[in-house]
Order: sequence, then structure tokens, then C-alpha cells
Amino acid sequence: MFKMSRATRVARRLTTVLATVAVGGALACGGDGGTVALTGAGATFPYPVYSKWFDAFYTATGNQVNYQSLGSGAGVKQFTEGTVDFGATDGPMTDEEIAAVPGGVHHIPTVIGADVVTWNLPSLGKTQLRFDAASLADIFLGKIRKWNDPRLVALNPGVALPDKDLLVVHRSDGSGTTYIWTDYLSTVSPEWATKVGRGKSVNWPTGLGGKGNEGVTQQVKQVEGTIGYVELIYALANDLPYAAIKNKSGNFVSPTLESVSAAAAGVDLAADTDFRVSIVDAAGADAYPVASFTWLLIHPDFADADKAAAIKAFLTWATGPDAAAMASELHYAPLPAPVLELVKARLATLKGAGELLP
Amino acid sequence: MGNPSTPPDLRSDASSGSLVGSARGDALFKWLLIAAACTIPALLLALLYELSSGAWPALSKFGLEFIVSGTWDPVAGIFGAWPAIFGTLLTSLLALAMAVPLSLGVAIYLTEFAPVAIRRPVATVIELLAAIPSVVYGLWGIFVLIPFLTTSIFPWLEANLGFLPIFRGPIYGPSVLAASLILTVMIVPFIMSVSREVLLAVPSGQREAALALGATRWEAVSTAIVPYAKSGIIGAVILGLGRALGETMAVTMLIGNRHEVAASLFAPGYSMAAVIANEFADAAGGPIHESALIYMALLLFAVTVVVNAAARLLIWRVSKGRGGR
Repeated sequence: MFKMSRATRVARRLTTVLATVAVGGALACGGDGGTVALTGAGATFPYPVYSKWFDAFYTATGNQVNYQSLGSGAGVKQFTEGTVDFGATDGPMTDEEIAAVPGGVHHIPTVIGADVVTWNLPSLGKTQLRFDAASLADIFLGKIRKWNDPRLVALNPGVALPDKDLLVVHRSDGSGTTYIWTDYLSTVSPEWATKVGRGKSVNWPTGLGGKGNEGVTQQVKQVEGTIGYVELIYALANDLPYAAIKNKSGNFVSPTLESVSAAAAGVDLAADTDFRVSIVDAAGADAYPVASFTWLLIHPDFADADKAAAIKAFLTWATGPDAAAMASELHYAPLPAPVLELVKARLATLKGAGELLP
Repeated sequence: MGNPSTPPDLRSDASSGSLVGSARGDALFKWLLIAAACTIPALLLALLYELSSGAWPALSKFGLEFIVSGTWDPVAGIFGAWPAIFGTLLTSLLALAMAVPLSLGVAIYLTEFAPVAIRRPVATVIELLAAIPSVVYGLWGIFVLIPFLTTSIFPWLEANLGFLPIFRGPIYGPSVLAASLILTVMIVPFIMSVSREVLLAVPSGQREAALALGATRWEAVSTAIVPYAKSGIIGAVILGLGRALGETMAVTMLIGNRHEVAASLFAPGYSMAAVIANEFADAAGGPIHESALIYMALLLFAVTVVVNAAARLLIWRVSKGRGGR
């Protein structure tokens, strides 16, 4: 693995060099009218919508974007090392990580993702189960070990929960999905916050690990009595059952594009926000509680003015209605209007080679 | 050198101008070979250097505590490899325990007892198993082996041998036992084909002498043939062990990926290679997390070296005592 990472790093550097050459060539031939090739790396969760966006952006402007979905950690690392023009992450960078980036970093939210709780209890058929924060924390802390635990029965009146072992399945690889899930549990359960905490991989008190959303899904599908968390998009695509979760206002909310967007609408952002906000357990009657922004990481002042302009052009387009429609089609919840306004205001401050971009 | 088939007049012919060219060619050839021979040790040293320097932050922070500690907490930045080391050794040894009798049995059957017509085809089929990529073994494990285990073997073990702590607890499917079973299937072809070659190489005089002295087939095998081939068979077993220790993909898919040493074989566990495969791509706990994973790789490297060295020693001692192969 180690050797491989070296090799890929070299390959990536090479890509950057090639990209630079391409830009140089474009500039030589066409000046302002030329196209640039951007490189980006990071989160896997938004990759489907990003690749669609990048494709549409290329068709519209001729600017190529080469995005590698290597995982949020790799995205942060490569952005910090300067081997890519922009990064992408599902978990915000820490203050320490930001301090390591020369010139700082802007987190630009693009879409909203959500984790859903899925399970395997064939005796229940298509019944949707209901959970609240306390019961989910206790399940993942290993304190609720049977499906017919009184706490679960009380939450699901009229559902014949079986006397079966409750088996927890979680992600074994570091992932933004896990970050969202543990961020939620840490927010709602002080015990989880002190014992486990939030992170892309954590020290799980119970359960077993599956690699990727597909690994968790496979495990849940195969063994009766399992419970796990996967991304909403993944659950929809694979027709998995998903639970309604009790939100801050006391309503049981099913994860939908609307309820996930509502989670972002419920958060109060200041005009100078850095967008590194958690929207789990959000206020709002219809807000789904396990949701999160996913971010692009960009330089506030990029030394390469043409690339800076291209990134700005892309993000401006990505905050428009066409991009939002594409995202909804793929079941990514678009940003609510107030957040979009803030993003647009932030884009207006972007600089290229020290000059404010037009 | 003293090749008797080379006519002497050809040798004297070579003393003309052509000798200079061939000597230069020889020298070039020699240096090429030396360069080729040096590549591998150089790679090994480079690997060792890279691993050690990458592991240094974790090595200096956790020291040898890393090997015995069982906590793996990326959030708090505390790492201990014991569950993974234990899982690696346990699954490999369990796999050996199941694979060695099976493969030896097959090898002995194919060399001594089977009808001549089926010997070659059966051996070829078993050797084909070695060519299957491990991710395919992993998929087969998930879709075929685990459903079979969870519906029949595991409940049976629990019902009949449940008094043993190793056969208790909730049945997830992916588990130390499932991983050991897939490893067994994966290393059988290696052990079988090498020990078959070794048994085939036993001089027939050895076999005939035993039979002539009135030994039964079984006695000939156990007293004359297997002892003669012992060092080679140990080599085959070590080859299988080496593969089991380093196997990554299939184990990752079947072991359950849990940093815990559990008493039950039904419980999920972890192996060193699986931890690295799972967590390296997105080592979210920061530089120390990545360093801990490289430290883990260094330990895996060390375990393999120690196992191989022990194997060499064993083979050397056995062959010294026997004077056999």
C-alpha cells in the first residue's frame, strides 16, 4: 500500500505538470478565450454528481476537470500539498489542518448528504421503523442488544419486533458517511461524545465493519437482525428500508430530498461564516437529523489566475438552477436558498494572483 | 566446467580473436546478472527503510506498547495492533491446521494410491485453484460460504460444541472462522502441489525397499516416503503460511473488521493486512494514524521475515538430520 501511494503521488504530480502544460499551451494560443484543465481530488460520496457537473461544465465551457475520488482524507492531503487545484471533503478540515495550507482555504458547500438507518428483519416486511436519538446511541454503544428491547418497542407501537440479537454493522474504511453518523451521535449523546467521539473512523464499541457502503449493505442484507447506516443515495438505489428518525422538534422524519434540504435551512449562518458547520440534529419541524454538507476546498487567492477564474466560473454555475436539477435527479439534496446566497457572496470575494476576479 | 562432451579441438579454436569478444560478452553478462541479483536485496532494503521512516512517528510515540495494546482509536490518536496481530496469526494457524492434513492427504493419495489415469487431471484442477484472484475468493466467501456457514455449520457447532467458549455468541457470518476457512481453501493448492512434487521426487528405491521388507502401503508412506520428503513438505507448509499471513482482500471481506480479541471464533476480528487495506486510503486520524498503519506494515513485514527464517532453520535442521532433500 505504501509503495503504491508513492507511485500514485508521482503520477498525480505528473498529472498536475501535464495540466500546467495544457494551460500554458492554451494561453499561448488564445489568451482569455483559452480553456484550462483543473485537477481535483477527494470525497467519494459526491463523486456521481460532481462527475456529472464536471461533464456539463466541460460541454458548456471547454474547461476540463480531472477529479479523482480518493476519499476525503486524500482530498485534504493533496489540497494541502498543492498537488491538486481544489479538494473535496465530507468532513470539514480542522483548524490545525487549515493552518497548514499556505494562503488559507475556503470551504464551499455544494450539496447535502444524509445517512439513513437500515436493517434486516424479514418478519416485518416493508414496515418502516422509527428511532430516536437516545435509542440509536444506545444501539451503537452496544447497550441495546435485542430487537424487542422495551425502548424500541415503545418507539414502534403496533410493530411486532422479534426476540432477536441486534447486530450492529458499521464502515471499516475511513469515510465521510461515518463522519456524519458519529457527528450526529456525538451531538445527541454526551456518552457517545466522551466514549467514542466523531471522526471518519472511530473506535466502535460494538459491531462489525464492512468496507464501503456496499460492504455494509451486503452484510445487512445477508444476516437477519443486523442494523447499519448507509448514505441515503445508496439506500434509494438499492431499495433498502430506511428508518424515520425523531428530530429536534420531536417529529419522526423520513429522509427525503426535502427533509434533508430542510436540515440545512434550519441552520443559522452568519454572513462571514466559513461554512464549516454541522447540520446534524438541526432545528426545523421537517428537518432530517442526520445530514451534512459536503464541501469543495478552494484557495481564497489562487496564484494561477486562469485556474482561479475557471474554478469561480464552475462554482457560480454549480450554485445555479441547472446544477441543482442535476443533483436532485441523482438524489443529492440541493442547498437551500439562504445558503446559496451566502455561497455566492463568498464567491464574489475570490481572487486570482492577488487580483479580485471579475 | 570440465564438460566431457565438448571436443578439445573446439576449445583451442576459441583462442583466436573471437575469444576477446566472448570475454567481453561474458563480463557484460556477469555484471548484468550481478545487477539483477542485487535488485532484490536493494528493493528489500529500500522497503525496510521506507517502512521504518514512515513508521517512525508512531514508533517513537507508542514504542513496543503498540504491539501489545488493544485500543485502536483514530479519534483520540491512540493505536495498538494486538487484535490485528492476533487475528493474523490465529486465522493463519487455523487455516494451516485445516489445510495441512487435507493437502498432504491429497498429495499422498495422488502420488501413491490414485489410479495413474486420474493423478495428473486431479492435480491440475487443484492447482487451478491457486490461479483464482483473491477478490473472487472473497466474493465467493460472501455469497456462498457465509450463507452456508450461518445457516448450517455455525448453528450446528453452537448446538453441539457450544460448551466451548470458541463456539458461542451471536452469529454475524463474517468472523475469524469464516476468514480461516477461506484461507484454508486458498492455501491448499500451494501446499498440495509443492508436497506432491516433493513426494514424486522420492526415489522409487525408497518405496520399493520398504515394500520389499513387508511394509503395507500405509507403512511405506509413513516410514519411508514421508520422512524422506519431510524437509520439502515443511517448505510447502511454510509457503502456505506465508500466503495466509499476507492475504488481504479475501480476509478483509470475511473477517468482520473489528479491532477486538474475542474468545469466540464466530466473532468478527481483524488482520494486519486488512487494517492497512481498509484504513490507509483515508487515514482520517491524521499523520499519526497513517504512521500507525505503516508501523503495522512494518510489523507484518517482521512477522513474515521471522516466519520464513524459522522455516529455513527448520528445513536446515531436518535435512541435516536426514541427509535427504
